[in-house]
Amino acid sequence: MKDILKGSLVRLAAVDHEELAKAYAAWNQDTELTRLMDTRARLHSIKAIKEFFEKETLEPSPASHYFSIRALDDDRLLGDINFDVINSWGSRDAFVGIGIGSRADWGRGYGTDAMNIGLRFVFTELNLRRVTLTVFEYNPRAVRSYEKAGFKLEGRMRGALLKDGTRWDMLYMGILREEWMEKNP
Amino acid sequence: MLGIQTQLFEAQDIRFGPIDHETHPAVESKWTHDAEFMRLYDLKPIRPLSPAMVKKQYEAIEKEMEEDRNLFYFTIRAREDDRLVGKALVEWIDWANGNGFIRLGIGAAEDRRKGYGSQALSMLLRYAFSELNLFRVTAVTPAYNDGAIRLFQKFGFVEEIRRRKAINRDGEFWDLVSFGLLNSEWREQAAA
Amino acid sequence: MKDLYRGSLVRLSASSPEELARHFARWNQDTEFHRLADDRPARLLSEKKIKENVEREQFSKDPRAYRFSICTLAEEKFIGVVGLVPEWAHGDGWLFIFIGDRDYWSKGYGTDAMRLIVQFGFLELNLRRITLALNSYNTRALKTYQKVGFVVEGVQRSDGQREGVRYDGIYMGLLREEWLAQQEAK
Repeated sequence: MKDILKGSLVRLAAVDHEELAKAYAAWNQDTELTRLMDTRARLHSIKAIKEFFEKETLEPSPASHYFSIRALDDDRLLGDINFDVINSWGSRDAFVGIGIGSRADWGRGYGTDAMNIGLRFVFTELNLRRVTLTVFEYNPRAVRSYEKAGFKLEGRMRGALLKDGTRWDMLYMGILREEWMEKNP
Repeated sequence: MLGIQTQLFEAQDIRFGPIDHETHPAVESKWTHDAEFMRLYDLKPIRPLSPAMVKKQYEAIEKEMEEDRNLFYFTIRAREDDRLVGKALVEWIDWANGNGFIRLGIGAAEDRRKGYGSQALSMLLRYAFSELNLFRVTAVTPAYNDGAIRLFQKFGFVEEIRRRKAINRDGEFWDLVSFGLLNSEWREQAAA
Repeated sequence: MKDLYRGSLVRLSASSPEELARHFARWNQDTEFHRLADDRPARLLSEKKIKENVEREQFSKDPRAYRFSICTLAEEKFIGVVGLVPEWAHGDGWLFIFIGDRDYWSKGYGTDAMRLIVQFGFLELNLRRITLALNSYNTRALKTYQKVGFVVEGVQRSDGQREGVRYDGIYMGLLREEWLAQQEAK
């Protein structure tokens, strides 16, 4: 049995709700990050963020799989990735959300490695058939990294976002089990 | 004459102990991050736990032991330094019918192949058969867990059920194998 | 699209907690029924308590089981319960069934309900296999399950004891590909 939580640059680990809350409070100061990420809400106080993560992790819903992303070399907390299973019996699909918190850590392959570990978990442990994600049209770096991981554009929710006075689309991307299995025998 | 001097919880290199809510969560948290161990020990999809989450699980275990009274959970410690090395339990006990399920695992890879598993299983069976007076015990393991299968066979377990392709992992299908040992069989072997 | 709830003698339905509790309380008095349906010691709970248990399960946030009432097509009579507990990651499902009303034993109603739940498991829940277990003294159930295509996968020896006699637990399984092949053959 493979140790599927380890990649080449990062590993997926449990969320320590106190640690992640503190990290988010710092990362949220960078508004470029918050506008790019698929954040659930504009949480600002460490206490509120901590309560959110505490609920997510200490009473996890069976359909929710939340991981922290840690660097393999120094175990530093880099961000988080989570999968929400949305249909167990039919589509066997999950929505994925991922974020690398600090600007200094962008563009170093951490996100791609974490996504790959996550997809392996989803396709060989949860045995889902597909993974879906939404990404903002104005985040081309993310779109490229998802394409590199094997995701394909499946549709657009036109004009779903209004930022800085301009309308943008919300892109829907998806990857199928067979497609990922082919690339990762 | 009844031999009351038997030490149920002491073996050569290990002992059974209770949960230590202060020091054990950090150790067990590490085990849950080892996907290889978790896939040997558990059939549910793996889920790494923080020490805080492990602590919650420990509380739920002790609550279940108190309320349902059909679970007996032991931590396995190394005798020399009382270090946590694994866990062993008898669960889902059906008292009226005298049957239960056993499970055990040695968490860290470097602690395996030291004989801890055999010693732990020996104590667990003595507990199940001589203390709980069960008529039979069942152990379930996926077919890819050669270590567990060898251990159960060594102790005289009989393969009883093979649920075909019941486990799906790493893109492959594996049988789920169920072993059974009767109290009478265990007693015969102990006497031999 | 098939009507997955309708068979030839029965249909799969849902019942109110009151109706379920009323019937379960009555059936619990029949020890032969209990011994065919349940390994636990026979006990007699009040209708009120049974209704609370049913409600808790029916209204739970995350019910593990897909549970159906078995109703006869002819008289619209509630005669038993059938269901599946899926293990999603592995695509396996545990099947449970009991017919409480003696008048409907050995007349094909159980077989019809089994065919419906198995079809539901494979065509709606998309399971890869279905598992079930029964006690060795339940010869009628063994025949029914074999008729529906289940294969014995093993025997848990001396699993229980009743009337001073040990009995075995028989485990059976049906793989998706086996079921599909059976459907083709029809």
